[in-house]
Amino acid sequence: MAKFEKANSVNEWLDQRLAVETLKRVLSTEYWIPKDINFLWAMGMVLAATFGVLLISGIFLLMYYKPDANLAFDSVNYVIMSEVGYGWLWRHIHGVGASVVFLIIYIHMFTGIYYGSYKKGRELIWLSGMLLFVAFSAEAFSGYMLPWGQMSYWAGMVITNLFSGGSLEAYGLVEWIRGDYVPGDAFLTRFFMLHVLLIPLVIIGLIVLHFGTLRIPHVNNQEGAEIDFEEAAELYKAGKKKESKVIPFNPVFLSKDVFVMGVYFILFFYLVFYHFNFAMDPVNFDPADGLMTPAHIYPEWYFLWSYEILRPFPKDPGLIAFGIAQAALFFLPFIDRSPNVAPAHKRGLFFVWFWVLIVDMIVLTVLGKLPPEGIFNTLGTVAAVIFLLMGPALIVITKFEKKL
Amino acid sequence: MRELKILAVVVFFTLVTYWGVEPFAHSQMHKHVEGHGFTYNGTADTKEAEAGVVKAKESGSKEAEAQAKLEAKKVFWADVEKIAQLQGNAANGEAAFATCLGCHNGSGVNMGGVIPPNLDHAGALYDKNYLIALIKDPAMASNVDHKYEDTMTHPMGSIKTMVTDDQQIADIVAYMQEKMAGEVTSKQAFDEACARCHAMRYAKTTQLGDTPTFKYEKDALAHKIKVIEEQEMVKAYMGKLPPDLSIMVRARSEHFMETFVENPQAQLPGTSMPRVGLSHEGYEKVKAYLEEVGDPSKPAREAIGPWVLLFFVVFTVLAYLWKKSQWKDLH
Repeated sequence: MAKFEKANSVNEWLDQRLAVETLKRVLSTEYWIPKDINFLWAMGMVLAATFGVLLISGIFLLMYYKPDANLAFDSVNYVIMSEVGYGWLWRHIHGVGASVVFLIIYIHMFTGIYYGSYKKGRELIWLSGMLLFVAFSAEAFSGYMLPWGQMSYWAGMVITNLFSGGSLEAYGLVEWIRGDYVPGDAFLTRFFMLHVLLIPLVIIGLIVLHFGTLRIPHVNNQEGAEIDFEEAAELYKAGKKKESKVIPFNPVFLSKDVFVMGVYFILFFYLVFYHFNFAMDPVNFDPADGLMTPAHIYPEWYFLWSYEILRPFPKDPGLIAFGIAQAALFFLPFIDRSPNVAPAHKRGLFFVWFWVLIVDMIVLTVLGKLPPEGIFNTLGTVAAVIFLLMGPALIVITKFEKKL
Repeated sequence: MRELKILAVVVFFTLVTYWGVEPFAHSQMHKHVEGHGFTYNGTADTKEAEAGVVKAKESGSKEAEAQAKLEAKKVFWADVEKIAQLQGNAANGEAAFATCLGCHNGSGVNMGGVIPPNLDHAGALYDKNYLIALIKDPAMASNVDHKYEDTMTHPMGSIKTMVTDDQQIADIVAYMQEKMAGEVTSKQAFDEACARCHAMRYAKTTQLGDTPTFKYEKDALAHKIKVIEEQEMVKAYMGKLPPDLSIMVRARSEHFMETFVENPQAQLPGTSMPRVGLSHEGYEKVKAYLEEVGDPSKPAREAIGPWVLLFFVVFTVLAYLWKKSQWKDLH
């Protein structure tokens, strides 16, 4: 057993037993971040903060929500909205948070793609991030079931139907997932469990993994420059802050993060108080009714691009295209054949590829909500085909990219 | 400077996406229906009948019927316009109104599918032209004549044989506008105009009115059975039970609600919901009640919102100062 001496302060007492001083140094005051960054580097902390907000608001909602097909709708729309003090506030925070978190996730992802932050030792950062994206998607979908409105019910119906695998007609699998022939009580209670327990646990685990993957390759910087972190850290510690290319996470990097978070939360709470309807679809304020299909069924905005890849094709090719689209982004570090770690504007054709990808995904997103008629159908097919060609195009483009 | 440029790019693409999935997508998903300011002169009805004629011509069947319907609509609303020009006499109207009390007596008894509405504030809630039209031919006025072979079979159809004189119609309407036009609360407006068909469970009202509190479960259950019986009658008459309106303000857009209440056929062709003929003020009252029940947090939101935003503005300013002090030696 280690030898303990009388501690002179709480800090010392804790340090003897938990090595808090070492932890603080390793995780915070001597965790080095490149200096050459912009506000996009704060999106990780913004995401962490938003996840925190979702977790806290979710805990409050959980106290009054009733996972029962007969009670769920009114427990959300009446009990929480009318009877519970500030229940409406927690609900609107949770609803807006669930939508905005995806905006930030997409910004965070595209930042990584633009600056090549998934390359040369940073592959695991990208892969763990993609796993987080999948987990957040599952969390969002399961949460969307809980108010048990028309859109919950019919989105649940449509998405679980995908598991029949088109011509495979695996309806047994669909019934197994639903626990019933159609979405009902068994369906609601299992998605409730997934939403409040299993998926949040997975997310928390993945966040830890995601942070862990950053440790050795370090955070990328605006120019993709390779930095000798140890040398730079020594410079910084020696007081040569101007010459050093790094800054400590706490307090220097954090001070910028907190400022960006402040700006973000002004927008966030503006939406919560004055513009929450975009995140709470009107259709879902009609109670679930298995005998009445809504005129238009569409997912929340963050799933629209992949929905639109599914929709314009015949059943089986559509499902295959959808499957490819879901998996494609995982492979990014391996299909980008270029050795360069640099911002897109220095990588020639890759720069064009990047903006085509952005525009194509926005086009797919908008078309995913529009009724699939006439010109929208044609545009949807074209945009979906372009998306599917982006992978092969990237391989070719990066293969011939000049080394910087 | 560079950071602002990057921010501008991020904001631009965010706004384009937002515009695409919200205002633009919704404009494409829902057909546009022009409102007509809660005035009732048959313009919409005639247009619908004209469209019916075009459709009949295209399909080549029932053309004569469609043409006859168009003519009937034109004649009917021209008559309404003529009566509206007459000078009504409220005193004579009061005497004639006795005919109405046979059914509109607040007894809460279902007659022919629905409970006749309470008319206590009819003069304040409903439009003058609409009231004239309603007394002249209820099915035509409420634009549900498609439901009836003969509009006499409308639950209020018999009025056509009871009040036949144009002057008498003008008198009754004058009476309602003078004597039944007192101050009306938003709840009264909802109760009189909507509640005999639409329940509002978040306000604990049913087609039988406010649900009383019962001491014994037996009495509560007995009341529930009465409600179910009433709902079954409404359902038999309307084809389906009209939806509960508790949070309808959040389920439909403001524009939909307005144009739907003005003329249900415009948004849901063929619906059995009658036009109720609310005037603009009447509709505002009903809307206020729907908001009160369906969106009760609105006053609290508006009270707290600015303070929360102010908090984060101050937070951001302080954070900026902290950042500046931390970064001042770095470059």
